[in-house]
Amino acid sequence: MGVLLENFSTVTFSQVAMWIIGAVLIFLAIKKEMEPSLLLPMGFGAILINLPNSGAQHIIDVMFRVGIDNEFGELMPLILFIGIGAMIDFTPLLTNPKLMLFGAAAQFGIFFTLCLASLLGFDLKDAASIGIIGAADGPTAIAVSMELGSKYIGAIMVAAYSYMALVPLVQPPIIKLCTTKKERLIRMDNTAGKAPSKLTKILFPIVVTIIVGLVAPDAVALIGFLMFGNLIRECGVLNSLSETAQKVLANLVTIFLGITIAARMRAEEFLTVDTLLIIALGLFAFIFDTFAGVMLAKFMNLFSKKKINPMIGAAGISAFPMSARVVHKMGLEEDNQNFLLMHSIGVNVSGQIASVIAGGLILTFFR
Amino acid sequence: MFTIDFQAFLDALPYMGKGMLGIFVVTAVIVLVVSALNNIPEKKDKKNND
Repeated sequence: MGVLLENFSTVTFSQVAMWIIGAVLIFLAIKKEMEPSLLLPMGFGAILINLPNSGAQHIIDVMFRVGIDNEFGELMPLILFIGIGAMIDFTPLLTNPKLMLFGAAAQFGIFFTLCLASLLGFDLKDAASIGIIGAADGPTAIAVSMELGSKYIGAIMVAAYSYMALVPLVQPPIIKLCTTKKERLIRMDNTAGKAPSKLTKILFPIVVTIIVGLVAPDAVALIGFLMFGNLIRECGVLNSLSETAQKVLANLVTIFLGITIAARMRAEEFLTVDTLLIIALGLFAFIFDTFAGVMLAKFMNLFSKKKINPMIGAAGISAFPMSARVVHKMGLEEDNQNFLLMHSIGVNVSGQIASVIAGGLILTFFR
Repeated sequence: MFTIDFQAFLDALPYMGKGMLGIFVVTAVIVLVVSALNNIPEKKDKKNND
């Protein structure tokens, strides 16, 4: 009997705290449906790794080294990018390429948070890894923070995925604060522009990879895998591969990735003041992303005859498609005939490209 | 670890400038290229012409 109870005496308060955190993540995933595909495995992994003398610790460490932290690079996030690329339809963006500028502006939160994290005493590489929470893109955040050797990857992932799930709560108040009712009522032309040709859709992923690769070589893996997935989708002759990438591949990697991140959620590493600071800084990143996207639209309205509803600028963060839906819903709340979805989806997918460019630039600066 | 390091904040500011400039330059180039791609005339489907 003594042998059976021996392990109980080794339970620590901090381990119990991590079980509670794991349970909260599982609750949010199931009850609130917040990014369930990642928060659930992360929550369960947090419990697994924090059981005293857990036999799962070694295997999760091995999975972490194989999939994320190995000499060949961040394998799993990059493979996941193939699936994400295959899921994205860039048509709204190709129809109106100027929308990409909002995606660029909405990366401001990344760099401003980098500065704030430096102010709070984090070294530059950790500050950059924390700033990348503002990319609102899990694989980019994992790839960049691992490449920079940040020890805070557990906290960064929890913050990134939590705020991505909380976009419907985080963005609306910021958008309302930055805009007037008159601006929110601006109607935009919904007549579909000239649809992009098949050739354009095929050339787009190739051209973007070359352009980004020439400017930020460290981003080639990130943008290249994303665009490879998109090329599979758009080429028209690999429908079976495209479907596999979108569903089976993405799902498999997501399961593996979520539970593997738990390797960096050990109580002694996770329960620190730094984690709280990182979670707070992550919120700032999302707030300033939203702010910058809206402000660029307002700025463009100063010179443009065709007014832009500034709310669509907020969709420039990479959280797809939540952010686009939030903007569309807010437009309908102000005026039930104001349909912003087409524009906000275009801005939202541009945010996905821009967040990868931002990640690549950060790697170029700090690696 | 909670410390306020204003000098570190100032040192990080140039990265913000360079980062945002870099994103806008790359984005502007992509916008121009996509606009050019959109102007490539589409090859007409032969079957439809028959």
